[in-house]
Amino acid sequence: MANYSTNEFKGGLKVMLDGDPCSIVENELVKPGKGQAFNRVKLRNLMTGRVGERTFKSGDSLEGADVMDLEMEYLYTDGDMWHFMKTDGSFEQYAVEKKALGDTVKWLKEQVPYTITLWNDKAISVTPPNFIELEVVETDPGLKGDTAQGGSKPATLSSGAVVRVPLFINQGEVLKIDTRSGEYVSRA
Amino acid sequence: MTVNWRPTASIETLRERARLIATVRAFFAERGILEVETPVLGQGGSTDVHLVSLSTRARTDKGQRRLWLQTSPEFHMKRLLAAGSGPIFQLAKSFRDGEVGGRHNIEFTMLEWYRPGFTLAQLIDETTTLVATVLPSFAGPVVHYRYRELFHTHLSIDPFTTSLDALRTLAAERGQMSIHALKEEGRDTCLDLLMSMVIEPQLGQNELSVVVDYPASQAALARRHQDADGEWVASRFELYLNGIELANGYDELTDAEEQRLRFSEDNTERQRLGLPEVDVDEHLLAALQHGMPESAGVALGVDRLLQLALGKARLEDVLTFSTPNC
Repeated sequence: MANYSTNEFKGGLKVMLDGDPCSIVENELVKPGKGQAFNRVKLRNLMTGRVGERTFKSGDSLEGADVMDLEMEYLYTDGDMWHFMKTDGSFEQYAVEKKALGDTVKWLKEQVPYTITLWNDKAISVTPPNFIELEVVETDPGLKGDTAQGGSKPATLSSGAVVRVPLFINQGEVLKIDTRSGEYVSRA
Repeated sequence: MTVNWRPTASIETLRERARLIATVRAFFAERGILEVETPVLGQGGSTDVHLVSLSTRARTDKGQRRLWLQTSPEFHMKRLLAAGSGPIFQLAKSFRDGEVGGRHNIEFTMLEWYRPGFTLAQLIDETTTLVATVLPSFAGPVVHYRYRELFHTHLSIDPFTTSLDALRTLAAERGQMSIHALKEEGRDTCLDLLMSMVIEPQLGQNELSVVVDYPASQAALARRHQDADGEWVASRFELYLNGIELANGYDELTDAEEQRLRFSEDNTERQRLGLPEVDVDEHLLAALQHGMPESAGVALGVDRLLQLALGKARLEDVLTFSTPNC
């Protein structure tokens, strides 16, 4: 991979830092009145998802990371690995480890497209669509007539996620959920 | 693709900018300081290892020449001083390649002025008076700090005597840099990192902070003297407001031989670092040889001053067209 110098550090650039692929979030030049300039860089570690700060001497460089995002549909799990298939018509499949799947494990639904981040052709993270429709498999019976007021109860969805839903929701209903906040949006 | 041709500053900001510039000119006119305009291009460039000069080629009556875009108007203004101009000021476009960010733009406006016969203390007074004049909303006190004292207060170390290993360890930790990246760096890089990352953000909070007595190795074009502790320090000051460095002033080096030595040391260091050598400004050296009056001089970032005056987040908010939207 090419090397990138600090003045090429733009938001979204993928670089290697301490052996892990990272995505640049922010880059700011810091310079005392006279003397050495530095770049204070905010990076997201793509293996852990954590964002940290690191300072570099201006002009220093980092190796680029061979990272790409691909859209893939979820197929199935064999209990060990989770299997996805590219949506570009190639039918190419990727097996994803639990660690890479992270919290997305609770938002899995067959035939839904996910964004899979590959590093050196290996899946390192899976991002669900912002909104997903899932069926309620377990919740207290719905309260008739209560369609307006507040009040909520837990509901278990077909993917295994538990979300707070309004009291009028019944088992078997399909709901639209915001995967970023884990919140109920509406009936689907 | 749509081309964004619009200015990066609002028209209202440009009116404020014009007002600020008028106030600056009035300030110097009242004091009888001559406004000058010197060339942006010069035959010599800045050898400063930490500045990247832009250069261009021109067909002159003396043939094809490489000309340097100034990183500040310092050399030309010193030639005027040597020619007997008396006190002078200039609003000068200056260029520093690669300097891009919230407080930096490759092309920027420098206010620079020189006071023959002034001590550094007199120039500090004049500089803080100017800032108070153009920023009337700012009413805080002027507080003086010595470089050494700042490191004592904020980092509990002595910047002059702490061992290089200890400096590297502290700089890596507090500056969020990998110790590996600092293993071949000298004292000044470690001190610069600590100054930029730890100390500067705390300066100029509800006050104008003046910092003096920098390490002698950070003198640039300033004289050196022995401070109260017997340490050799640079006769130089920096001014800070809201954690932002606004101005840098010197008791100017007037010794031609010492100046030539510093230029050549810079170019030696450039070679060592694999940086391009910069043509030494022989005109400046000849002017110093002829004799430049003892002077104090200071450079102040006009764009940053306006940025502070208007509370703008980014420097481009006060520039008509920031680089490279130009």
